[in-house]
Amino acid sequence: MTDASAESAGPNEDVANGQATIQDPTGLHARPAVKLTKLAKAYDSTVEIRAGKDGKWVNAKSPNAVMKLKAGSGEILFVRAEGVHADEAVRALVSLIERDFDAE
Amino acid sequence: MTETSDQRILRGVAASDGLVVGRAVRLISGVEVQRTAGSPEDERSLLAGAITRALEQLEALTEAQDEMGAEILEFQIALLEDEDLLAPIYNAVQEGQPADLAWIRVIDSEVTEYREGEDEYFKARAEDLLDLKARVLAALHGNETGFNDHAEQTKLDGDIIVAQNLTPSRFLELDWTSYRGAAICGGSPTSHVAILARARGIPLLVGLEDAVETMQHACLAVLDAEDGVLILTPEPKTLEDVRQRQRVREGDEERADSLIGKAAVMATGERVEILINADDPRVLADVPTANCDGIGLTRTEFLFSEGVLPDEQKQFEVYRDIVNWAEGRPVTIRTLDAGGDKPIPGVTVDDEANPFLGLRGVRLSLLKPEVLKLQLRALARAAVFGSLKIMIPMVTTPEEVEAVRAQLDEALTELSAEGVAHACPQLGMMVEVPAAALTAERFKVDFFSIGSNDLIQYTTACARDNPAVTKLADAKSPAVLELIRRTVEAAARMGVEVSLCGDMASDPNAIPDLLDCGLRRLSVAPAQVGRVKLAVSRYG
Repeated sequence: MTDASAESAGPNEDVANGQATIQDPTGLHARPAVKLTKLAKAYDSTVEIRAGKDGKWVNAKSPNAVMKLKAGSGEILFVRAEGVHADEAVRALVSLIERDFDAE
Repeated sequence: MTETSDQRILRGVAASDGLVVGRAVRLISGVEVQRTAGSPEDERSLLAGAITRALEQLEALTEAQDEMGAEILEFQIALLEDEDLLAPIYNAVQEGQPADLAWIRVIDSEVTEYREGEDEYFKARAEDLLDLKARVLAALHGNETGFNDHAEQTKLDGDIIVAQNLTPSRFLELDWTSYRGAAICGGSPTSHVAILARARGIPLLVGLEDAVETMQHACLAVLDAEDGVLILTPEPKTLEDVRQRQRVREGDEERADSLIGKAAVMATGERVEILINADDPRVLADVPTANCDGIGLTRTEFLFSEGVLPDEQKQFEVYRDIVNWAEGRPVTIRTLDAGGDKPIPGVTVDDEANPFLGLRGVRLSLLKPEVLKLQLRALARAAVFGSLKIMIPMVTTPEEVEAVRAQLDEALTELSAEGVAHACPQLGMMVEVPAAALTAERFKVDFFSIGSNDLIQYTTACARDNPAVTKLADAKSPAVLELIRRTVEAAARMGVEVSLCGDMASDPNAIPDLLDCGLRRLSVAPAQVGRVKLAVSRYG
């Protein structure tokens, strides 16, 4: 499901998009939500996610906002980023979701 | 605490008796706020400090947990580091809100969002937020000074709520095992919150001088619902006096408790019947039948509170259960008393300029005969099971009684024709309109019951819901007592029963006046039975 494509919008204004499907049967629960926000916070770019293509974009760096997506198993998470290393940020988040958040 | 006196006495009106010492906690917009806002900078650093302490506690806790416990705590830690979540809280503080109020409001609104939807896992995250809310609040309040000094010196009875106002539903939601009383700026002794407080034995002051904004957070206080004052940061001498009075009260409480299950007898040996008021039959579950001589007033408004008119069978079952509870003792059930301050959708009339002087009680029932007839049928059917009496509220003229009697006769005829089991109940009336009290002998009824709340309101021309005239609405005013005496004398001449079922009967201080008027039958709040019997035993 990797679909991380980067478009250049100026030297420091990268915009990137991606998506991946939630595999965990409980959905995007507390531990993955926290992992996701920690990873997003590692990037200076804005990083936003939404659940499903009609969902509302929320700040991927806010555990509260991510948790309130109440994203269930099998739902597609869309990721977008803007700013420095946006492309890298999106790729990292999509990869994390695809790895099922490195669940043990 | 220094030795100089910070004692501050706030006046109010006692609405439910009691005397307690505790922390005065402020309730703003229905939530407990213990802080007065300092400067925005101070509040901000207090909040930041509390969050840091909460974080440290959670991190220390996490280390001791297994994986599952750690995951839960990890989420809470992440929330405390969530800038988006904290931003509106800091903004509110910047605008002058106390740190605790800002924190409570934002977290509560998040909790509401988590509770929406179907998924149990996500709904359950609301618990994490509530856990976090309590932890940060404790860190915030634990930082306070002053109160803790008191806590070490003074044994506290429980927290005292101080609020602008308290709605009946909010009153019912509060945990009265940790709160031991309340003082509110609104309300009146006859408001519904006051009735609830008395029924549950929770001390309450109403019409308090406005102090919610200016009082010190969580300061030590004395709620004196005997004398109608709230004393903030009392002097040691005041506390000593209060403790002494509490000991006397405890002695009285013990004597009152010992009298609860016994017949009420005056010092002269004369017997007084003590019945109870059932605002809602659910309260009966906690009252032993043996404590009373019957039920002097059952309100039926609760049946209509869901916005749907209850059908005959449902009403019959409720009335029958009450009669069965009484085990042969008389049970007086009042027909629907809607209107005034008790609007019922679909029954009462909206937009009356003066609802207390408008269509309420029997006036409304006679306009809606189908509702009345259904109720009378259900009551006649329940009368088979014991001594059931029907009472008509807000009667002004004898014609109103006759109109209800005609309806009752019709209901009885119908039930006979249908072959449905029923009995003919006694028919009596409330005496709460001065016109009725002045000319009681004109009314052909089986009994009178004096409704002192409305009688006081109409005699003194003071609306029950207007705290500004609370002091004028004096139950012991000579005019009110005169009307009560006249009614009792008229009943004696007519050879019919008379009782009093208003709040006055539940006030131990009013008992001597009522007995002076010749009353020997009182209907009281279930929680007041012992105290009233004690007051009776001291009379004469």
